[in-house]
Amino acid sequence: MENSKILETKGLTKYFYDPVKFKVLTEIDMSIDRGEFVSIVGKSGCGKSTLLYLLSTMDTDYEGQILIHNELVTGKEDKVLAQIRNEKIGFVFQFHYLLIEYNVLRNVMLPGLKLAKYSEQELEHRALEHLKTLGMEEQALKMPNQLSGGQKQRVAIARALINDPLIIMGDEPTGNLDKKNSDLVYDIFKELTLEKKQTLLIVTHDNDFAHKTNRIITMEDGKIIS
Amino acid sequence: MNFKLILNIALHLLQARLKQTIVAAIGVTFSIAMFIALVSFMNGLNDLLDGLMLNRTPHVRLYNDIKPAEHQPITLAEAYKNNTNFIRSIKPKDIGKSIYNSKAIIAYLKKDPRIIDVAPKITTPVFFNSGTIEISGVINGIDVLSEEKIFKVSEYIIEGKVTNLLQNNSIILGKGLASKMMLTVGDIIKITSPSGNLSSLKIVGISQMGIAEVDDVMSYTSLDTAQKILGEPTNYITDIQIQLHDKLTAPEVSKEFRDKFNLDTIDYKTANAQFETGSSVRTIISYAVGVVLLIVAGFGIYNILNMMIYEKMDSIAILKATGFSGNDVRWIFISLSLIIGFVGGIFGLLFGFIFSSIIDVIPFKTPSLPTISTYPIYYDGVYYVIGIIFALFTTTIAGYFPASKASKIDPVEIIRGK
Repeated sequence: MENSKILETKGLTKYFYDPVKFKVLTEIDMSIDRGEFVSIVGKSGCGKSTLLYLLSTMDTDYEGQILIHNELVTGKEDKVLAQIRNEKIGFVFQFHYLLIEYNVLRNVMLPGLKLAKYSEQELEHRALEHLKTLGMEEQALKMPNQLSGGQKQRVAIARALINDPLIIMGDEPTGNLDKKNSDLVYDIFKELTLEKKQTLLIVTHDNDFAHKTNRIITMEDGKIIS
Repeated sequence: MNFKLILNIALHLLQARLKQTIVAAIGVTFSIAMFIALVSFMNGLNDLLDGLMLNRTPHVRLYNDIKPAEHQPITLAEAYKNNTNFIRSIKPKDIGKSIYNSKAIIAYLKKDPRIIDVAPKITTPVFFNSGTIEISGVINGIDVLSEEKIFKVSEYIIEGKVTNLLQNNSIILGKGLASKMMLTVGDIIKITSPSGNLSSLKIVGISQMGIAEVDDVMSYTSLDTAQKILGEPTNYITDIQIQLHDKLTAPEVSKEFRDKFNLDTIDYKTANAQFETGSSVRTIISYAVGVVLLIVAGFGIYNILNMMIYEKMDSIAILKATGFSGNDVRWIFISLSLIIGFVGGIFGLLFGFIFSSIIDVIPFKTPSLPTISTYPIYYDGVYYVIGIIFALFTTTIAGYFPASKASKIDPVEIIRGK
């Protein structure tokens, strides 16, 4: 790759309108390169999660531009954005958000089935591989409500990995976990960056977690201060 | 779009809410079943009543009407031919009831490929003498075999046989007439013709049409006997009744024969206009009730899907976050609705058939309808096709609005809202 910029923003500005017009993000210019393990930290309400959701393409109400893999995503229609999310972005949220109707394996496979790049058998194999690296292969056929919080989060990570995304985004992925599970999740992320050169962008207010990452973006009042 | 995946997700969502799904499907099942049963029953009834009418009315009837002459003398006079003439007090002209050249006409009609059969007939008013009183009635002189073929007269003979009429000087009396005069099969009845001829006939049967007005005056005899009573020759015929292969062409055929034979003609539709009105009103009512039932079921589905969407907000958000577009989500919920509609509809058709079959065996005996022993049901595949199309249509509409709502859900709001 001649240009290794995975994610770039230009003059990103966002307003909240409810209850009054309020500027959440001001002229954010940033970029993330391939293989970086980046964390965004800042006080509650500084706009770090808002920024993440803009970058995730789920929130489209903003000014400025977002480029994913040097491709402008601003102003694209819903269908195209969904395709981009499916193919290029993996998500891990604070709450585990697995589909309770499906078992662990199907949950992991779902984004892959949507992308339909691989056959179902191949996807199943890949999903099991991911679950195995996360130490979850024995839980593959369980339903999500039979898992603990840490286990669910590992399933969510496996799901985020299934389509080999350009970048994995996490919104407080350790926010709801105890120390032991937090460390486990961190170790998984670290391994991904080291072994697979996986790009990661994690929003967190856990400073211990942030300090272990390659690069910390600190935000305050809707601006990047370092 | 990956429909297999969307269908799979829809099915899993349904399984998670199996009880509600079943309730929604039962709503559809019930309304489709009722629709099928109702329409089949109503059409059975229509068919029965149409049958009553058609068994009395030929598709086309040729006869001589009593009416004023079409060409009055003045219009034929050279001097006034081109004027507009006003004539007052015109009296109708009776050219005789007898159809002129009837045998030739019948022979011609029997060769016509559009015609199943032709039945000549003599209708004449008579007096039935019973002791000192005279009761007015009507004698139908019929060609027994043709009449039986066209009108299935034997279905209405409750005593005796229609073929008994082939004997000389025999008569079948209407039930009302027979009971009024206290006569039974085997008795002899005296009849006075309009011209005053007196004759005695043997009663060989009793008929019951199911319409009191008819049964009180009607009687059947053979053509020969009728001609004898009236003292007319064997070519005397007052009506020619025609049964067509395609009864819908009756009005055109009727018009064609009117011009060709210079006779008056009437088709069954004109003769029984009130029946047609009744049939169409009943059909409209049954369809209206069916549609209302389906709309109610549609609201049920709408409610259940709406509730499901509130419950499944998280799932919808996660689907959207992992790459399902609003359109995909819309299709998931529309397929949910379609599955309910399809499954409910298929069971509805099945139960509709069962209900119809049950109604079909419920005894229904009425003295006015001697040929009927159970409630009438008309089975027709078309109702089932309409039923399933209705079911799919209403459920799609009912599912569309909740589905659109689901497609517009903002995942960020839900994921952040926790």
